[in-house]
Amino acid sequence: MKKLVVVGNGMAGARVVEEILKRAPDRFDIVMLGAEPYGNYNRILLSNVLNGTQSAPDIFMNPLSWYRDNGVTLHAGVKAARIDRERRVVMGAPLKKTALAYAEDAEGEEDAAPIEVPYDHVIIATGSRPFVPPMEGFGGPGTFLFRTIDDCSRIADYAKASRRAAVIGGGLLGLEAARGLLTHDVDVTILEAAPQLMMAQLDQESGDMLRATISGMGINVLSNAITTRIVRTDGRISHLEFKDGSTLETDMVVVSAGIRPITEVAAASGLAVGKGIVCDDQMRTSDPAIFALGECVEHRGKTYGLVDPIWEMANVLADVITDANPAAAYLGSKLGTKLKVMGVELASMGETRSTDPADEVVVYREPAHGIYKKIVVRDGEIAGAILLGEIEAASTLMQMFMAGTKVPARRADLLFGSPTGVALLQASDLPDNAQVCNCNGVSKRQIVDAIQDKGCRSVSKVGACTKAGLGCGSCKGLVAQLLESCLGEVGYDPTEHYYVPGVPLEKSQLVAEIKSRGLKSVSAVFQELAGGTEDPGSKVGLASLLKTLWPDEYDDERDARFINDRVHANIQKDGTFSVVPRIYAGVTTPDELMRIAQVAIKYNVPTVKITGGQRIDLLGIKKDDLPGVWKDLGMPSGHAYTKSFRTCKSCVGTDFCRYGVGDSIALAQKIERRFQGVESPHKMKLATAGCPRNCSEAYVKDLGAVAIEGGQWEIYLGGAAGGSVRKGDLLCTVATHEDVLKYMGRFIQYYREHGRYLERTYHFVERVGIDNLRKILIEDSLGIGDRLDADIQKAVDAYRDPWQEAEVPIHHAQFNEAELAYALEVAENNG
Amino acid sequence: MADVIATSTVNLGSLTRIPEGQGRCYVVGAEEIAVFRQRDGRLFATQNRCPHRNGPLSEGVMGGGKVICPLHSRRFDLKDGAGSEVGECVRVYAVKIVDGEIVISL
Repeated sequence: MKKLVVVGNGMAGARVVEEILKRAPDRFDIVMLGAEPYGNYNRILLSNVLNGTQSAPDIFMNPLSWYRDNGVTLHAGVKAARIDRERRVVMGAPLKKTALAYAEDAEGEEDAAPIEVPYDHVIIATGSRPFVPPMEGFGGPGTFLFRTIDDCSRIADYAKASRRAAVIGGGLLGLEAARGLLTHDVDVTILEAAPQLMMAQLDQESGDMLRATISGMGINVLSNAITTRIVRTDGRISHLEFKDGSTLETDMVVVSAGIRPITEVAAASGLAVGKGIVCDDQMRTSDPAIFALGECVEHRGKTYGLVDPIWEMANVLADVITDANPAAAYLGSKLGTKLKVMGVELASMGETRSTDPADEVVVYREPAHGIYKKIVVRDGEIAGAILLGEIEAASTLMQMFMAGTKVPARRADLLFGSPTGVALLQASDLPDNAQVCNCNGVSKRQIVDAIQDKGCRSVSKVGACTKAGLGCGSCKGLVAQLLESCLGEVGYDPTEHYYVPGVPLEKSQLVAEIKSRGLKSVSAVFQELAGGTEDPGSKVGLASLLKTLWPDEYDDERDARFINDRVHANIQKDGTFSVVPRIYAGVTTPDELMRIAQVAIKYNVPTVKITGGQRIDLLGIKKDDLPGVWKDLGMPSGHAYTKSFRTCKSCVGTDFCRYGVGDSIALAQKIERRFQGVESPHKMKLATAGCPRNCSEAYVKDLGAVAIEGGQWEIYLGGAAGGSVRKGDLLCTVATHEDVLKYMGRFIQYYREHGRYLERTYHFVERVGIDNLRKILIEDSLGIGDRLDADIQKAVDAYRDPWQEAEVPIHHAQFNEAELAYALEVAENNG
Repeated sequence: MADVIATSTVNLGSLTRIPEGQGRCYVVGAEEIAVFRQRDGRLFATQNRCPHRNGPLSEGVMGGGKVICPLHSRRFDLKDGAGSEVGECVRVYAVKIVDGEIVISL
C-alpha cells in the first residue's frame, strides 16, 4: 500500500481523506498530523459554542473513533515542521498542551521525541490563522483570537470577569464573535477599520443597514476605527487608542479581522509559496508528490476562505490522487454565501460593487424593514448580488450566477419573481441530470432525448413519452423551453386543444356539434364525431360534458364512467373503497354519528378518518358491501369521488363564535344542499367563513364566501391550497345568502360550460381573468346571466342521490366482487 | 420431442353478466382474469392485475381494444397485452362466445 501523509486535520484535511476513502478505500495507508488535540470539528459552528447554543462535542464532524474505524492513524496535537523531500519523510513534533495550535511560534512539548512519517504522497491542509492587524499590546492577558474550540473557552472564561468587550473586525467572524460575547453579559463594541461592516459581502448601503439593525440589538459599532494600542492599567486592559486619537474603554479584546494562509511547512520544505501554497488545477504543489488544498492554497492567484471551494478542491484532489479521474481539474470557485448574522438573513455573491461603468445595477430598498436587494448585471449575466433582510430569491439568483445564466429582460423578475409565474431559470442552462419534472422524476436528459431521438415536437408529446408535466404540470414551461432550445420552436399540436384526445374538436366546436346533432350518449359522439372509433381515454370527459349539456335527457352509459362514478365511492390502492357520507357544512348530529359508528363496527371498517372537508371517511370497504353500508348509514353520498361539487366547509359563524359577523354555517348548508353532486370539469371544494379570520380557509377554495362587517359577503373564485396554492380572486361583495347562491351558481355554470376537462378553477380563473369574469357574471356584459341561472337550476333539479342505487342497482353486477369460475373441460394437446 | 401444452377451457357463464362496454373479474383456480365486453360485441380477456401496482384492470375504462388501469392510468392493448410503459405488459387469453356464454382458454 502507498503511504499518504495528510498534514492538517481541519475541515479540508478530513474531507479529502473521506473523499479518497470513498473512491479507493484500500489504496493508501493514511497518516494524519493535526496540531489541535482533537478530531476534526466544524469550525463554522464555533460561534455557537461561544454563545452557548452548542457544546464543543456537538460540532465534531470526525470524532476520534472515526479515524480508528477507517484505519487512519491520527497524530493529534502534533505539528508538522518540514517535509524532507529527499528522504521522503514528514517531520513533526508534539505541541505543548497549552500551545496555540495555529501560532507560528507554538511551543513544542519538552523532551518529546520528534516524529518522522515516511510518505509516497503528502497532502498539505494546514488552513489559515487569524490575521492580527499591527497594534501595540496584543498578546497579553485579556486579548484573544477567535479560531479554535480552545479560543472559545478562553474567551468565555475571561468574559465572566469583564463588563466591556471590544471585537476588532467587522466581518462575518467578527459579528459572530460579538454575538457570542453578548450572551456573556458584556457590553460589546465592534471596531471595523473599513467604513462599513462586512466589506467582503456587502456594499456601503447594505453595510449601513446591517449596522443599524445590529445597533438595535445593543451592539455598538465604530467604523473607520483603526486600533493602534491596547493600554493596560495594573496589568488589566483599561482602554484602546485609535489612529485618530480617540479612545474606547474596554476590559477585553477579541481580534477577528480575517485570515492568512498557513504556509510555513510548505516554505520550509522548499515548495513554491506566494500568498498561499501555489497549486495547479490538479491541486499539486511545485512538487508533484505533494498536494495541497483549502485555505492554505493559492490557486490561479486567489486564496479562499469559505467552505464550498474546499469541497470542490477535495473532490478534484481525490479524483486525481486515486486515479479515479486523473484529468479532474479545479478551475476556481465563484463565491456566494447565504448566512444569518445575528438573526439577519443575507445572501451575497460575486462582485457586490459595480466595477465597470457598463454594469447595470438594479437596486430595491425598504429601509424601514431592513430590506435591501441589489443585482449587478454585466453582459446580461449576474456579476454579483446582495440580498439583505429578505432572501427568498437567493437560491435562484445563486444558480443563475454560478451557471452564468442570461437574466430576464424584466430585471425586477430577478428580485420578485415573474408576475406570469414563468420560471426565471432557463431550462437550457440546467445540467443534464437536473430533475425537471419533480412529480414523475424526469430529468432534463430524458426530455431532450425524447425531443431529439423520439421526435416529440410538443409539450404534450413529450409528456406522453416521458411523463414530464403530467403531475402538477408546473414544469410544462421548462419543457416548452427545452423544445424551443432543441428545435427552435415549440411545435403547434392541435391535439393539445382538443377537449378530449379521441375527438378532434376544441370544446366550443364540440359543444356546438353535440347540440346541433342532438348527441346524447358517449357512443353516439364517437359514432358521429370520431369516425366510430372508441377511445377509452376520452369516455369520461365526454360523459361529464354530456351531463352538463343535457341534465335530464343525457343517455347515461355507465361504461363511460370512471369506476368511482360507477360505484359511487373512491377506489383505494388495494381495490377497496372509501365511503364519505354527506355532512352538510360539517354539522352533524349524535344520531348520525351513532349510525356511522354502527356501520364501522358492522362492516369491520379498518380506518375511520376525519377528512379535510369536515366529513368522515370510512376507508377499506369492499365493493359488495357498498350498498349495505349506504342503506345502514341512511345519509346521502358526499360525492368525495367524482369531478363535481364536493363540499362546503364552514367555521362556526355567529351562533357561538365571538368574532363571527355572518352566519357561515347556514350559508354553507344552503350552498351544499343546492349544488351537491353538480358535475364540473374538475372537482370544486368550497368554504364559507364567518369573518375575515378565515378559519375555514375560504380564501383558498375553488369558491369561497367570507363575511365582512356590515352583514356583507365577499365571493372569492379560483383559490387553491393543494399541489398549487393560490388565494382566490374577489368576484364581488353581496348583501344576502341568496345573492351568494346566485353568483356562485352563475360561476359554476360558466365554468361547467367553458372549463377544459380536468381544468381546476384556479387555472380557469387565471385563464379567463377575474376582470372578464366580473363583466360576464356581474355586469352581464354578454347578456347570458339569466340563461346561466336557468341552466344551473336545471342541473340542480336533475340531481339524484346516487346512493339510492343501493335499492335498485343499474346492473345486477354493479357491486359484485370477482366471480368464481371452475374449469369444466380439460383438453390435452400433444403438439 | 415436442413440448406438451396443456390447455383447459373454462365456461364463465352468460355474456349478460358483463355490462356492455365494461369488464368483469373472474377467479379461475388461483388466477384472476378480467373479461371485457366491448360495445361493438368483441370480447377480450387479460390477467386482472396491473403489473404496475396491482390495480384491478376489470374496473378500468375500456374501449377501442384498450383498457386504462383505474389506479394510475396505465394503458394496455387488449389484443396483445402490450402496455404503455416499457417493460409492463399483461397476459392475454383467447376468449369466445358459445351459445351466449363466455368460454375462455387457459
